[in-house]
Amino acid sequence: MSETPWYNRGLFSSLNLRQKTLLTIGLTGLVLLVIFICGTMIDANLPTDFSIKMQPPSFAHIFGTDWMGRDMFVRTIKGLSLSIMIGIGASIISSIIATILAFVASVNRFCDSAVSWLIDLFASIPHILLLMMISIALGKGAFGVIMAVAFSHWVNLTRVLRAEVLQINTSEYVALSKKFGKGKLWIAKEHILPLVLSQIFVGTLLVFPHAIMHESSITFLGFGLSPHEPAIGIILSESMTYLAMGAWWLAFFPGLALLIVVLLFDIIGDNLKRLFDPSQANK
Amino acid sequence: MSLKASNITFSYTKKREILKDVSLSLGSNEIIGLMGDSGSGKSTLCKILSGYITNYSGEVTMDNQKIPDKDFYPVQLIYQHPEKTMNPKWKMEKVLNESWTPTQDLKDTFGLKDAWLTRWPNELSGGELQRFSILRALNPKTKFIIADEISTMLDAVTQVQIWEALINHCKANNIGM
Repeated sequence: MSETPWYNRGLFSSLNLRQKTLLTIGLTGLVLLVIFICGTMIDANLPTDFSIKMQPPSFAHIFGTDWMGRDMFVRTIKGLSLSIMIGIGASIISSIIATILAFVASVNRFCDSAVSWLIDLFASIPHILLLMMISIALGKGAFGVIMAVAFSHWVNLTRVLRAEVLQINTSEYVALSKKFGKGKLWIAKEHILPLVLSQIFVGTLLVFPHAIMHESSITFLGFGLSPHEPAIGIILSESMTYLAMGAWWLAFFPGLALLIVVLLFDIIGDNLKRLFDPSQANK
Repeated sequence: MSLKASNITFSYTKKREILKDVSLSLGSNEIIGLMGDSGSGKSTLCKILSGYITNYSGEVTMDNQKIPDKDFYPVQLIYQHPEKTMNPKWKMEKVLNESWTPTQDLKDTFGLKDAWLTRWPNELSGGELQRFSILRALNPKTKFIIADEISTMLDAVTQVQIWEALINHCKANNIGM
């Protein structure tokens, strides 16, 4: 008698793989949406209460309180929603850049080498350095961070898309389409775009975790958001001062929450990839 | 109207010339066949005639004029593998209408069922797809048709059906083949 594997037992045993994938995407999406919506409804100016400052985690304040008596749980949620917002902005802008450049590369040989050169140029600059420079140049703040992350993360997706577009361009149906008298723009819009759309989608979602991580890291280093915005990076850098005094919860819970959010986005991206490209999923 | 190829020489690699000084002429009311061993350059000649390969030496002319490249190309090639000539993310209706919208009459002649139009290319068989690609090439602007082994994947009965329909249509509309 063969034993059923763990994932085919229990509550979700009646679902097939596709339904499970959809369920995973739905649940993770829901969790992120709840965090995001809760965060946007919280007022950034939290009440301070010095009578309860620096309290370790308890049932009243499950993440503890900071040196001004603010509840760390509320601050963390607020910070996460800020991170998600920046992530959305940055990853959408970066995939728009990637799509445009990939199509520009397909115009002719000169454009292709120009785009390849641009890719190599950006890939050769250390990430963090580029992020800090762009962020400072654009005056820090949320806008600066979004632009910095967007302009340093289009490289990988552009590479993938460029290769994909090149491949489709040499296919017989594109050659035939040209002989039917269709223009290059028409072919790009009608033939190529539907075929690379899933790649763009997955690419956008997989940039997301990077965007959040980098937003936090440059904010931590002091080149990102301003201190009055309760971003995770700010929370972490502030907590450095108090870590030596034993206030471990100031860094531990926000850091863990950040990690979980990043992982959730990664899960969504991976599962979407499986849905869009089933032939790749079993590799 | 006549399609003429004169002194065509072409080679994929520098070492071996696959076509050497080939000349061919084809009238509107003619149907000619090409025979040769595998790898002797039949398909290459077809691609040159229909403008897919351009770096050959020699000339392909229609009525002693160069064939315009920008608009609809009057010499249409029908491929050996129809499944490669269709965008996998397009419904068959869009695939068919990319070149023109054929009349219901013509669809019936080639045995095209309306139910196929709402399917994806990978939901149809090779023979069904080939009917689409033939019909696609029969645009009113088409003056010549180059058929590159279009019936290899079909059984004998279907081969006859398709060839008869195609030949009748070409004769009626003055298309050279």
